[in-house]
Amino acid sequence: MRPFTFVRAIDADQAVAGYAREPEWAMYLGGGTNLVDLMRLGVAEPGLLIDVTRLPYDRVEEAPGGGLRIGAAVRNSDLAADPAVRRDYPVLAAALLAGASGQLRNQATVGGNLLQRTRCGYFQDVTKPCNKRRSGSGCPAVEGDHRNLAILGHSEHCVATHPSDMAVALTALGATVHVRGRAGERIVPMPGLHRLPGDEPDRDTVLDPGDLITAVELPPLELAARSRYRKVRERASFAFALVSVAAALDAEDGAVRDCRIALGGVAHVPWRAEAAEEELRGGPATDDAFRAAADAELAAARPLRDNGYKVPLARELIVRTLAELRDGTGADASGGTP
Amino acid sequence: MRVELTVNGEPQVADDVWEGESLLYVLRERLGLPGAKNACEQGECGSCTVYLDGTVVCACLVAAGQAEGAEVVTVEGLADGDALDPVQRAFLDAGAVQCGFCTPGLVVAVHDLLARTPDPAEADVREALAGNLCRCTGYEHILAAVRLAAERGGEGRS
Repeated sequence: MRPFTFVRAIDADQAVAGYAREPEWAMYLGGGTNLVDLMRLGVAEPGLLIDVTRLPYDRVEEAPGGGLRIGAAVRNSDLAADPAVRRDYPVLAAALLAGASGQLRNQATVGGNLLQRTRCGYFQDVTKPCNKRRSGSGCPAVEGDHRNLAILGHSEHCVATHPSDMAVALTALGATVHVRGRAGERIVPMPGLHRLPGDEPDRDTVLDPGDLITAVELPPLELAARSRYRKVRERASFAFALVSVAAALDAEDGAVRDCRIALGGVAHVPWRAEAAEEELRGGPATDDAFRAAADAELAAARPLRDNGYKVPLARELIVRTLAELRDGTGADASGGTP
Repeated sequence: MRVELTVNGEPQVADDVWEGESLLYVLRERLGLPGAKNACEQGECGSCTVYLDGTVVCACLVAAGQAEGAEVVTVEGLADGDALDPVQRAFLDAGAVQCGFCTPGLVVAVHDLLARTPDPAEADVREALAGNLCRCTGYEHILAAVRLAAERGGEGRS
């Protein structure tokens, strides 16, 4: 591991100013469950590590306009256990509990979870080329081991997926991310925080160097009370998603009044399924309609040689999740395992 | 740098800590507490599980500087003198130990589970222990130890 300086920030201004003094080498440190690992692997080599976990962003509270404001330093376990989250946004509680292990959820923060890096094996192996790690070095995953990688929105330069479960739920819910940068505060919508790889796969998000996430805000959203997260992985627990679905459904008298759908494990971003939502609104709440909506979304899929299985997997997972929301069956909010 | 923290109820000071050290390294190599084990070093195996400010974490992923001022409880802090914690006793009685490398992390994780959920369902136990790998036992005796500790109830559990 490269030597570095460790400082603990006590307020956001101090953190942002500290970063600005070493913009080439500084990094913010949240729970460390991803960054400390990447430092040990030599993938991340900060010269200055600014601990932001003690900033006063450790609360979940009602937002001024309704909805919830979640501090960026709130631990994943605490957020999953929050009564308002469980009651009003069960998809978020379920997504959090579907991620990692208990020990890691106790450590991981909301801000850090959003900014975690891909688990693509080539990215994590410094002996291999990777455009995300070293721009222009190439992407061995395109022709190599890409069974678990992207089917939507990828480029010839990068086929990595975003690993977060929480971010998939936040994308379905239309959360906003509050950011403190050198130019002051701004709000970044989700979807919109993460970006597709294009020819700059080294950039995961639209944030600028030194930008600090201070909070995530959930809008008031009545249909979110009827929402859930389903995740398919290679073992029953503690594995990243092959495909996951976050969905909320408001159906009455056999018709879809409104819905929200986002997919995980399929793209460089948590993927909001806007085409599927469009197809569903105002239509019948039948399995056939759910399948047609899923097909509308997945028409854009460009599977790689070995990950074509994700297309039917995503389709059937969308259908099943919506059907369970319609029928009130399946796992409760605390679950998430198919 | 200097790191001051409380470990198993005792104030501790570690000097000349390199920033790149983990809490696990500080506990094992600087404070002489080798209970928490160093295995995967990436949060996958749980053999370094300790309490940090009341919740269980993987000590290998906690940067030393982040433990400043923290309250840490390691597996060494569970027994009361020579009297084993009921979870430790249950692991012994159920024969839930083979090579023993994963045992300290599992004992701490089970201790936390039963403190929060005294009578967990089998599925809850499996989920709660998903972050603790054992390569010897096949887990059956570990699950039996959890059931035994739960059946014996809160008697004497710290």
